[in-house]
Amino acid sequence: MIRLLTGNVLETGDVVWWTGSNWSLALRDAVDVGPDGDALLARTVAAERINDPALVDAEPTRDGPRPRTMRERVRGAGPTVRADLNRPNSIEATA
Amino acid sequence: MYRYDQYDQSMVDARVDEFRDQVARRLANEITEDQFKPLRLMNGLYLQLHAYMLRVAVPYGTLSGTQMRMLGHIARKYDRGYGHFTTRQNIQYNWIKLSEAPDLLAELATVEMHAIQTSGNCIRNISSDQFAGAAADEVADPRPYAELLRQWSSFHPEFSFLPRKFKIAVIATDVDRAAIQLHDIGLQLVRKDGELGFKVWVGGGMGRTPMIGHVIREFIPARQYLSYCEAVLRVYNRYGRRDNIYKARIKILVHELGAAEFTRQVEAEWAILEPLALDAPQAEYDRIVAQFADPEFDVAAPDSVDRSDPDFALWLDQNVHAHKQPGYAIATISLKPVGGIPGDATADQMDLIADLAARFAHDEIRVTHSQNLVLAHVRKADLYALWTALEGAGLATPNLDLVTDIIACPGLDYCALANARSIPVAQKIAERFADLDRQHDIGELKIKISGCINACGHHHAGHIGILGVDKKGEEAYQLSLGGSGAEDASLAKILGPGFSEAGVVDAVEKVIEAYRVVRSGPGERFLDTYRRVGAEPFKAAVYAPAGATS
Repeated sequence: MIRLLTGNVLETGDVVWWTGSNWSLALRDAVDVGPDGDALLARTVAAERINDPALVDAEPTRDGPRPRTMRERVRGAGPTVRADLNRPNSIEATA
Repeated sequence: MYRYDQYDQSMVDARVDEFRDQVARRLANEITEDQFKPLRLMNGLYLQLHAYMLRVAVPYGTLSGTQMRMLGHIARKYDRGYGHFTTRQNIQYNWIKLSEAPDLLAELATVEMHAIQTSGNCIRNISSDQFAGAAADEVADPRPYAELLRQWSSFHPEFSFLPRKFKIAVIATDVDRAAIQLHDIGLQLVRKDGELGFKVWVGGGMGRTPMIGHVIREFIPARQYLSYCEAVLRVYNRYGRRDNIYKARIKILVHELGAAEFTRQVEAEWAILEPLALDAPQAEYDRIVAQFADPEFDVAAPDSVDRSDPDFALWLDQNVHAHKQPGYAIATISLKPVGGIPGDATADQMDLIADLAARFAHDEIRVTHSQNLVLAHVRKADLYALWTALEGAGLATPNLDLVTDIIACPGLDYCALANARSIPVAQKIAERFADLDRQHDIGELKIKISGCINACGHHHAGHIGILGVDKKGEEAYQLSLGGSGAEDASLAKILGPGFSEAGVVDAVEKVIEAYRVVRSGPGERFLDTYRRVGAEPFKAAVYAPAGATS
C-alpha cells in the first residue's frame, strides 16, 4: 500500500496529485509520499492554494497508482458515465 | 411569467459585484478557504469531486426561452457543453472554474437568473407544480404565491442562518406533482367558501430521517399565508437544534415536540405577527398575479389530433396531458433516453428546446422535480411538429412515469458527499427494461436512486427506491419498496440485505416480475399492488434464489 497526496486546485477545482516536486493532473504521475505525507499535507493546507487536500491509500500497478476506494478512483479517472470526459492516460475507475 | 423589477435586478447585480470581490480576495490569498467557503456556498458554488459545481436557481421551475438559451450558453462557454436538471427544479453545472464564476453569474444576471440561496442554511428555491397555470383541475395558478415567497425569502435577514436548509413547495391541485408532503413546508392552494387559501403541511422531508409532513392548518387565507409561514420559520429558528446537524431540520423539531404542540406554538407566534400587518398589500399580490396571466390562447385552436403515426401516438398517450384550455395540451420532454444520464441536457438540446418553446409554447419552459422538462401551453395542432423536432434530438422518449423514467442524483460520479454511483444503476435498469411494450405492460412505476443518505434522488419516495451505500470502500445498494411523493405520500421500506451494482439491477427485475404475477390486473399499479399484498412476495422473489451479496 502506498499513500498519495491529492486535492483540488483553488482556481479551477481540477483534481491534482503530488508528484514529489509539483502537482499533476494525471494520477499516474502521483508518487508515494510515505512517511512525509503528514508534513506535506500540513504544508499544503497552510499554503491555501489546494482545496480539500487529503492523503489517500493506493496500490502500485504497472499502469500507475490505483486508489483503494472507488471515490478516489473516480476522482482520478473522471466520471464513469462520460468516457469522453475521462482524464487522459487514467486507469478506469471501475477497472 | 414574472419579470424582475428594479429591486430584484439591483439585488442580483449587487450580489454579483460582491462575489466578484470575494473571489478576487480568495484568489489573492487575502482570505482563507475557511473564510471563503461559506461565501461561495451562499452563491451556489460547491467544490465536488472533479471541479466546482454551480447550482443555478430556477424559481418554481419556470424558465423563459431566453433564459434556457442562456443556460445553454453557460454550458458551452463555462462548462463542458451540458447541464444537469435537479430534483429541486434547478440546474447544476459540473465543471465550473472559480476564476470564471463571477463572469458566469454576471451573464446569468442579464436574464434575471442567479445562484443565490441554492445552498446554505436558508430558504432554498421554492418549488411548484410543473403544470401550474395549465392544469385543468387547479384552483388557481400557484406560482404568484411561490414568487412572493421567493421575494420574501430572498436575503430575509431573520432566516439567512437557520439551523439547517429549508424547502418550501406550493401546488394548487389535489394531484401532487411537487411532493409537498416531503417538504419543510408544503402549501396547497384551496378554495373555501369562495375564498382562496392554503392547506399547510410542515415537517416533511427525506434525508437520513425521512418523515411525512403534518397538516398544521386546514386553511389560512391566501392574503395571510406569508405571515403564517413567517410564524412557522420563527418557531423553527428559535427551537430548531443547532448542536447536531443530523437533527437540525424542522421535521425533527415537529417530531420531538409533537405536531399538536408545534402547531400551538406556531399559532401563538402568528397571533403576535398577524396584527403587525406583515403580509403583502393587495396591490402587490395583484401586481404579481398579473404577471402570470394566461398567454393569449388561440380560442379557435382545433381540439383533435391526428394519431395516424404510431410512434407519435405512443408519445401522445404517455407524455402529453390535458390542458385547461380547449385545443391545447401540456407536453413533457423526457430527459431520460434509455442509456442516457437522467436529467442531463446538452447545450444544443437547451437551444433547441428554447427554440421550440418560442415556436410552440409561448416561450415558456418548466423543469420538473422528476428531472424532465415541460412545455405547458402547446396547441394540439402543433404537437406533431413539436414531437418531430424532439424526436430528431433524442428528446421524445415516450416513458413519462414508466420504469425507465428514473430519478437519479449525480452520485459518486460527481458528488463529494456520495457513497456510491447512481447514474450507472439508472442506466443499467433503463437498458434492462428498454422494450417499450414491456414498459407499458408494467405501467406506472417510479424508480428513484440516491447515492447517499442525503436522498437527493428521493429514494424514500420511490415506488422502488435504491440507496447507494459504502461498504468498506466499495459500492453497495439497498432496495426499498412502497414510497410515494404524490398525494398518497408514503415512505419506502427496506426490503432486506443489500446488493452489488449488478445484483441490484437483477433484484429490481425480480421485484417487477413478482409484481406482474401478483397484481390484480394490468390496471393495478405497482404501488397499489405493494400496498395490497405487502413486502413478502417481493422478498421471496428477490432473496429465495441466489443474488444477494450479504
